Amino acid sequence: MKLIAAMSGGVDSAVAAARAVEAGHDVIGVHLALSSNPQKYRSGARGCCTIEDSHDARRAADVIGIPFYIWDMAEEFHDGVVEDFLSEYAAGRTPNPCLRCNEKIKFAAVLDRARAMGFDGVVTGHYARTEIGPHGKTLHRAVDHSKDQSYVLSVLTIEQINGAIFPLGDTTKVDIRKEAEERGLAVAQKPDSHDICFVPSGDNAGWLRDRLGSEVGPIVDQDGTKIGEHKGAYTYTIGQRKGLGLTVPTADGSPRFVLKIEPVTNTVVVGSREELAISLMKGERPVWCGPAVDSEHKRGFVQVRAHGAALPCTYYFNDTLLVAELDEPLLGLATGQAMVIYDGDRVVGSATICETA
Amino acid sequence: MSGIYLDHAATTPMLENAIAAMDAQLRTLGNPSSLHTQGRHTRKDVEDAREILAKELDCLASEIIFTASGTEANNTAIKGIYWQQKALGKNVVVISAIEHHATLDPAQWLAEHEGAEVIYAPVTKDGVVDLVFLRNLVAKRGSEIALISIMHANNETGAIQPIAEIVKIAGNIAVHTDAAQSFKKIPLSFKSLGVMALSISAHKIGGPLGIGVLVLRRGVEIPALLHGGGQEREIRSGTLNAPAIVALATAAQDKSYDATAIAKIRDDFAARVTQVVPGSFVNAINAERLPGIVNVTFPGTQSDTLLLLMDGEKVSCSTGSACSAGVHRPSHVLMAMGHDEISAMSSLRFSFGRTSTQADCDGALAVLPSVITRGRAASGV
Repeated sequence: MKLIAAMSGGVDSAVAAARAVEAGHDVIGVHLALSSNPQKYRSGARGCCTIEDSHDARRAADVIGIPFYIWDMAEEFHDGVVEDFLSEYAAGRTPNPCLRCNEKIKFAAVLDRARAMGFDGVVTGHYARTEIGPHGKTLHRAVDHSKDQSYVLSVLTIEQINGAIFPLGDTTKVDIRKEAEERGLAVAQKPDSHDICFVPSGDNAGWLRDRLGSEVGPIVDQDGTKIGEHKGAYTYTIGQRKGLGLTVPTADGSPRFVLKIEPVTNTVVVGSREELAISLMKGERPVWCGPAVDSEHKRGFVQVRAHGAALPCTYYFNDTLLVAELDEPLLGLATGQAMVIYDGDRVVGSATICETA
Repeated sequence: MSGIYLDHAATTPMLENAIAAMDAQLRTLGNPSSLHTQGRHTRKDVEDAREILAKELDCLASEIIFTASGTEANNTAIKGIYWQQKALGKNVVVISAIEHHATLDPAQWLAEHEGAEVIYAPVTKDGVVDLVFLRNLVAKRGSEIALISIMHANNETGAIQPIAEIVKIAGNIAVHTDAAQSFKKIPLSFKSLGVMALSISAHKIGGPLGIGVLVLRRGVEIPALLHGGGQEREIRSGTLNAPAIVALATAAQDKSYDATAIAKIRDDFAARVTQVVPGSFVNAINAERLPGIVNVTFPGTQSDTLLLLMDGEKVSCSTGSACSAGVHRPSHVLMAMGHDEISAMSSLRFSFGRTSTQADCDGALAVLPSVITRGRAASGV
């Protein structure tokens, strides 16, 4: 096949590209320039698409022996990922920008462009697997569960999965680094990136404050009694316990947690640990990574964070929303996050959480 | 490496005799600044090369300053002349809007760090500097102008600039010209142009990478960028790169660049490209141009996509400029000629050289229609 390998300048995408070449594909390396004002150097585990990263990607492509180009996707990234991130926070939800990037950039803008140019698909260094089965090509967890990235890929439609190649899904990260070393790739020991790539300082709250302002608002308990003040409701996360700055203790001295963020009134609602517990979630804008989910109640697992646990549940689609009923209650779940349904290690689909109970 | 190479304006194959001259010099021991036998021997080779170049450039041997690149020659001239003139109270630097980054950036640096005011002379829609603008500017602010730096021929479109006219307009004002693209492609005489300074680069004419020349009028003393042994008139220090200098002189003497034949292939390409790709057009078509360069706009495409697809078809050509991160940017040259951003990002430069053949032209034209079709599809998504 003729493939575009998305090369970030990190070890994973470099090995993925090398493996695709070895599998006999005709591969071209592409580095996505996602920031319109790239920084010169990468600082630790933060940030990406610095000039240094694009050099690393180019060097890896040269060592592998494939052509290499840089694609400017800064505008698409800003509109589709950064703006979305901001507006979700402004609406009191907690978005996952990596998921949005896969949905709108890597497997949309890039894949569409690649296909128009006559390529068959996009290779990335994501830790996930695909299988060809009775339902066509399906998306599965990586063998290395600690690195599994199927969660952030759960927004891919069947059409997008058909154009995606994940050569690393069968290997552990440790072995990928070893393999990179053996292949003579200088990025073999480059640190993993963790934080949000477009917040190079790593200070998410500060970054949000700079852009959304820091309007002071009340912190209230479940009865609506004001017990404190905050500086910008969106910098809080559901389930957050630390950093609330509350001086009025609870009657029994038990800690308080953020239960809800109400953007319209700029209010943060806090309560006890018990009040955080939810056993039902509903998600909007579902995407099916295989056969569509219907009203039939099925047993499976739901995952609500990129590296969270797979929680046993019963799931179904009620015509507008994807519903998951948990076997065991879960503490602290923010709307805006993705609920991803698994059937064993197969990704069934995902939706954006809009309601919990 | 097989394929069709249509990027001779970026760099062109080194001449065999230049390689041989360089190889021989690499095997010769001696620092040209040393006083002993070996040093004197190498010094003679360097000075022979200087005299050959002086003849080719129509200047005095003592006017030649060897540098490590055309970029260094430009920086030395622009910054040096500016500093010299700044001391006399002049701080305006005039360049054209279509200069190479090796001129644009030093001028901008002077504005940011050294108190210069940079004025960009506009160009016509055919990419030639507007002489009326220059005349008015000199009439109005001549006493403030430290330097005028305008390229001899543009690297993206090939449009030749009226340097002799500009020198006349400038009067007593110092004029520098970047002749990296035009040297050995069209007649070039330092003396007849009348400029104070002129830059060239070896690898554009079949010489090696890493060597350039600043021709600086005899008697002109400007501050140096590099300080050290003072080898080149105290304006440029650093051990002279004898192998590259000798190879450059050899390349400069070469007579195999057939401008008429190259222009014929280029013209054939230009005429047929607009036939095989309806809607495409040649930029600076009414300007007097270098024989080897043609710049074509393909509406509805993005040139970085086209370059990738052409590369995939084993045809090498070029987009305008890229920023330091390698991200494709609209060509400032085409923008100055009246293109909008989208149109300025839909153009490719094809440049022909000594080794180009009619088969190269035919081969590139054969793959272009399918490349343009895919390129248009990709920019539509």
